[in-house]
Amino acid sequence: MLALALPGGVALWMFLAFVAATLVITYFSARKSSGSSAYFAAGRRITGWQNGLAVAGDYMSAASFLGIAGMIATNGYDGFMYSVGFLVAYLTVLLVVAEPLRNAGKYTMADILAYRLSPRPVRAMASLSTLTVSIFYMIAQMVGAGTLVRQLIPGVSYEVAVVGVGILMVIYVVFGGMLATTWVQIIKAVLLMSGSFLLSALVMAKFDFDAGKFFASLTAIQSTATDGTTVTRNFLTPGLLFKEPWDQVSLGMALVFGTAGLPHILIRFYTVPDAKTARASVVWAMILIGLFYIMTTFFGFGAASLLGPDHIAAHGGTNMAAPELSRILGGEIFFAFISAVAFATILAVVAGLTISASTSFAHDFFSNVLLHGKEHRPGAEVRVARITAFVVGALAIVIAILLGPKVNVAFLVGLAFAVAASANLPVIVLSIFWKRFNTAGAVAGLAAGLVSSIALIAVSPDFMASPLFPLKNPAIASIPIGFAAAVIATLLGPREPMAESTFAELQVRGNTGLGAEKASAH
Amino acid sequence: MPDIPRQDLTPESASPTDIAPLGRGPEKPPHERTAEEEAGAVPWMAIAHDAEFKALLVAKAKFVVPATVFFVVYYFSLPVMVGWFPELMSREVWGAVNWAYLFALSQFFMAWIIAFLYVAAAAGWDRRVTSILGRFGR
Repeated sequence: MLALALPGGVALWMFLAFVAATLVITYFSARKSSGSSAYFAAGRRITGWQNGLAVAGDYMSAASFLGIAGMIATNGYDGFMYSVGFLVAYLTVLLVVAEPLRNAGKYTMADILAYRLSPRPVRAMASLSTLTVSIFYMIAQMVGAGTLVRQLIPGVSYEVAVVGVGILMVIYVVFGGMLATTWVQIIKAVLLMSGSFLLSALVMAKFDFDAGKFFASLTAIQSTATDGTTVTRNFLTPGLLFKEPWDQVSLGMALVFGTAGLPHILIRFYTVPDAKTARASVVWAMILIGLFYIMTTFFGFGAASLLGPDHIAAHGGTNMAAPELSRILGGEIFFAFISAVAFATILAVVAGLTISASTSFAHDFFSNVLLHGKEHRPGAEVRVARITAFVVGALAIVIAILLGPKVNVAFLVGLAFAVAASANLPVIVLSIFWKRFNTAGAVAGLAAGLVSSIALIAVSPDFMASPLFPLKNPAIASIPIGFAAAVIATLLGPREPMAESTFAELQVRGNTGLGAEKASAH
Repeated sequence: MPDIPRQDLTPESASPTDIAPLGRGPEKPPHERTAEEEAGAVPWMAIAHDAEFKALLVAKAKFVVPATVFFVVYYFSLPVMVGWFPELMSREVWGAVNWAYLFALSQFFMAWIIAFLYVAAAAGWDRRVTSILGRFGR
């Protein structure tokens, strides 16, 4: 009974309740997940609002909930800039990629590239960039999970927490496939939305639900500077965190153009029956994601006003601002609930990332590159995906433990977005809209975007004392590099009559849904 | 307009896992098709050159291109304005609420409004698609 009395005890029970519920779902999904379409795309029978919730669940990661709340709580307005970019990014998804992708693809982002171009080199490169994005993103989430669980449950070390999260995500993906992963996302999205709403309501209750009073309290936030003096800042003023305007522009580019290249978001559109449902699911996701990021105003600025940056620094640091706020406002039980929500958030996102990485490896690399698209034994593709999920999970666990709890996870997420924006988006856009686009262009675009974004991060201020590249996020340079490489290599490379003649076919497919993959019967 | 001959440089691969295996050979001439292939053959080129289909593509572009340009310009005005004109954006409008916060908040509504306009426009495109496919017996 002692365990129940401790804050970690309540949190632990809530963790266990979430884990138990998701494992039950995995058990039932596992019985339905035979065959590639069922395993990789949940039989394409997810409805619009379900997929909308799942997209929102896949997207609102620990970086959103804990990271943005913490950034707003300690630096005010500039943190809110992230919230804006994360939502506006969905317009790129909705207007440019979602419907053609659903109509012309099967399981992965590479399907739409391989449709017109030479499949093996294109799929090999696309698979490499998918794995890179997924693994960077995943490690960031796992480091976050390890740090969180260690602080919430006394006696659990960082390593044990990372291994625990790793094992759970592998179980969801290996046994339950896309169907179980989708339901984990849906439950998590509902929990996260209700938790954020309760937390926001509690904050506003402190200000008698008077918005004027709430914003007025933000104009004089006191904190202790590094030299020990007390400074008073207006948290609604821009420029407290970002000193260099180009940094904000570059970050904005990574967010707005990167989301449409995130493999774990893109593969969600294959789980719905048709492009119309894909469109509806983006709109559902935008409503939920927008409401969530508007609520970061209340619990992010609320933490700044009610706790203050010094209190946050003394109680677990910036990433714990939201859970700490819930403890002060709602007591230990609410704290446990919010912590369990944060844990569910991380677990769901890593599961989504694992399935996107393993789907890409099995479908793109194994089936279509190694086996030339011939499936020798039925079920081999799903078997390979399951093995890949194990390997990717183990790899993420090992790297997360080697990096340790101290690593700054925000740059890993920023890197994932920058790689997605620079490598994936240019080739997706060009293959949909440019008739002349060819294999050389796709391979060059993917490679140049991937290499330039990683190289520019390696020489950025986060990694070098005297940086060669002045900005924290490489997107402003690496996105044009990705596009330029794709265009130049296309023009230098040989014309591909096949790619050009199938352009009309892709246009018909992309715009009418004719010949698109159907939902499985039953 | 004669179709460009389909020359495929990639290895032959009749792939069951790939919906569009580029390894497929050139399309069979009509007299060589089996009844099954005949039923499955889609007149891609005929649809692509159909006047109503072309009009649909133009209609879509007329919405998507301006909408994309608008949201990109509107969104990037935010970092530009708060980055280079922080004093202007810090001016208070309503109580403590300043232009910077209001502009950021307006981005959410901008995104939602464009999304709803898109959905409304897309409903019209869906009807045109049904009509086009109907004329081709699909």
